[in-house]
Amino acid sequence: MSKDIRIKRGLSLKLEGEAEKELVKAPRSKTYAIKPPDFHALVPKMVLKEGAKVLAGDELFFSKYTDELRFTSPVSGTLKEIKRGEKRKIMEVIIEADPEDTYRDFGKMDAASSDAEAVKQRVLESGCGAFINQRPYDIVADPKDTPKAIFISAVSTAPLAPDWGFILKDKVAAFQEGVDALKKLTPGKVHLAVDASSAQYLKDIKGVELHNVKGPHPAGNVGVQIHKIDPINQGDRVWTVNPEDVTIIGNLFLTGKFIADKTVAVTGSEATNRKYFSITIGAEVADIINKVDEDVRIISGNVLTGLKLAYDQHISFFSNEVTLIPEGNNYRAFGWLPFTYNNIHSNSRTSLSFLFPNKKFKPTTNLNGEERALVVTGEMEEVLPMDVYPMQLIKACMAGDIEKMENLGIYEVSPEDFALVEYVNTSKIEIQEVIRLGLDLMITEVG
Amino acid sequence: MEWIRQRLDKIKEPFAPGKKYEKYAPAVNAIDTFLFTPNHTTQKGAHIRDAVDLKRTMITVVLALVPALLFGMWNAGYQHFSQLGEAFTFWEALGHGALKFIPMIVVSYAVGLGIEFAFAIFRGHEVNEGYLVTGLLIPMIMPIDLPLWMLALSVVFAVLIGKEAFGGTGMNILNPALTARAFAFFAYPTYMSGNQVWVSEASNVDAISGETILGSLAAGDNVSYGMMDMFYGIIPGSVSETSTLLILVGALLLILTKVGSWRIMLSAFIGAAAMALIFNALPAMGVTGNDLTNFPWYGHLIIGGLAFGIVFMATDPVSAAQTLKGKWIYGFLIGFLSVMIRVFNPAYPEGVMLAILLMNVFAPTIDHYVIQSNIKRRKKRIQSATAQVKTTV
Repeated sequence: MSKDIRIKRGLSLKLEGEAEKELVKAPRSKTYAIKPPDFHALVPKMVLKEGAKVLAGDELFFSKYTDELRFTSPVSGTLKEIKRGEKRKIMEVIIEADPEDTYRDFGKMDAASSDAEAVKQRVLESGCGAFINQRPYDIVADPKDTPKAIFISAVSTAPLAPDWGFILKDKVAAFQEGVDALKKLTPGKVHLAVDASSAQYLKDIKGVELHNVKGPHPAGNVGVQIHKIDPINQGDRVWTVNPEDVTIIGNLFLTGKFIADKTVAVTGSEATNRKYFSITIGAEVADIINKVDEDVRIISGNVLTGLKLAYDQHISFFSNEVTLIPEGNNYRAFGWLPFTYNNIHSNSRTSLSFLFPNKKFKPTTNLNGEERALVVTGEMEEVLPMDVYPMQLIKACMAGDIEKMENLGIYEVSPEDFALVEYVNTSKIEIQEVIRLGLDLMITEVG
Repeated sequence: MEWIRQRLDKIKEPFAPGKKYEKYAPAVNAIDTFLFTPNHTTQKGAHIRDAVDLKRTMITVVLALVPALLFGMWNAGYQHFSQLGEAFTFWEALGHGALKFIPMIVVSYAVGLGIEFAFAIFRGHEVNEGYLVTGLLIPMIMPIDLPLWMLALSVVFAVLIGKEAFGGTGMNILNPALTARAFAFFAYPTYMSGNQVWVSEASNVDAISGETILGSLAAGDNVSYGMMDMFYGIIPGSVSETSTLLILVGALLLILTKVGSWRIMLSAFIGAAAMALIFNALPAMGVTGNDLTNFPWYGHLIIGGLAFGIVFMATDPVSAAQTLKGKWIYGFLIGFLSVMIRVFNPAYPEGVMLAILLMNVFAPTIDHYVIQSNIKRRKKRIQSATAQVKTTV
């Protein structure tokens, strides 16, 4: 049974530098890194010391406040370094990889016919709990909770987003097994959202409620889909899993191994080898992109929500995409004149870019202005297809007014849902951060 | 351009953080960013950003004002010479108006931007662009003969009390330009109303018919202008409010660029038409109205400052309602109340100013109720969800 979701409001940015549909096996990186900051609000506690030998699937660290939540090594090798930041916060756990992976054997298991508690234990001990995110708050799920539903979005609408159909086409069996496992974790439904491309391969997946999603970005955001399908109320917990991570969970049950293989699309106007690469989680970004200088920004993820990387750093845990765009640290004379610099996209009509709806733009990282007070109204609603008042919610977050945030729907949103709002904002306010800080406040005050 | 850039970087050196004149950086930055969009790159959040910024938005409004502004200059000269009965050319008329009007703009910008810069330095934030529009709007809605010191005082009042006292750009409750006009209107009524102020240097002439149409209607006099004159704007009035045609040209630019809210404009015109139609219907209901009530409804839309107020003042995003539904209600009530004030209170023939200021005050209340319905919907959802759980258990 499938239900259709049509999103009307939003904005699909068309950018230069889509990845070619060709899958290449990436060379094996020398080192792999798991970065605790990829898991928001996690306080890691190491179990191994530098120099320890690990197998793929061996525990590296766990969550200080939820010790069932384990994080395991994606490869086998030697724990080379624990990089720490301010206040000795663990920033990166770096593993020097063996030439070949040796996996820790968890034992095969048929998820569909197994006991729910056993499935949960298997997911947690293998480190697959890290793939499961919780809404509200957009943080790693607490295994003690029982979610009212689990959502998987195989819809790509983000700018230059990888095509889920292409990534998943050979992984359908693992995906099915992963869904069977996830079904054991919730008394509710597992919702799977697909677009035209992923529907070709996923339309026959059993045990899910299938939703055909159409519309501009952020239609592919799982938060928007949750809002349309089964909105989050105060006190609810729902979980979300990325589609390819479902296949990793599936493979765990099929093979008994934690095979942390992922497909990463290299995109963006400055990338020269724009292809899909098969990597292992935490690989070095330098292994799949061309050598670039300071004037190119490497983003792990898409241009709206991704994380800035240096050339010698590792790809983020959840990324299925690396984007390379030019830095924009240049001045533009009289850049404020309306109808000039029409090569820069604008959702407003003060640039003539709207006359070219099919043009692919080549954006830079220039802020195109300076931060100002919030003045313009109505622009945010145009790109947020939720029954939420964005400007009022943002102001409530800025003021730290918990009751107001709750009333205005803070539980239903995550920073990524506000990425487009941030993009179109005339006043150049860092809105994703405002929402994140608002959510953090809710975590400490409400939990 | 490259050369200017290098000079600017040189000039800005002593204003850099940690340097001697760090405090005054906002003032220099304002001038710098006026010449160049800065080289700032995204540090957090989305890596790419829309081309629009507040400068662009504000300059678009200024562009939309230009047709009405130029016409206002010409009309000032036209009214002056034609009332005197002198022969004149197009350029003479424009020149006369320009000589009167440009000093007003200069004073308005100098005083207003002076205060804005001072507050930016004092508060340590960048100079907001809002005053680019406000500073142009203020002289445009004043009588052409208003003494410059009164204009300056109105600007000071508007910026200090109307805006900065509330926390600056984005926080003000009242539209600053209308605050300036309201200040002048109540502080210096003899310069702001009557039949002597609307035509340039009219007080020097004895037998002048310089009344605005609203003034004539209120006084029960005959109106000597045709509807098309009113629409084109060849009538006495505040400098730039008269030409409905050119105001609509500006409105078109605002709507096409999505800078101004078409919802507010449309609903305000509908509101004004609705109120006027109600008055027009009075004779049919057996009530004899007066000249103002019997003035045709479409006439109400094109005389006085109604069109100018609706297009350029009511749509000010800061002081207007901020929700989509709220904008419809806000706009409608502005139009409705404008005509009502006009008709019921001939002492204040220009109802639109008071109507907009009144609705500015009520805009947060309108938004509150619109948002409250959203909150109620959310709470109801929780109730039905818990009810479901109970029945299943």
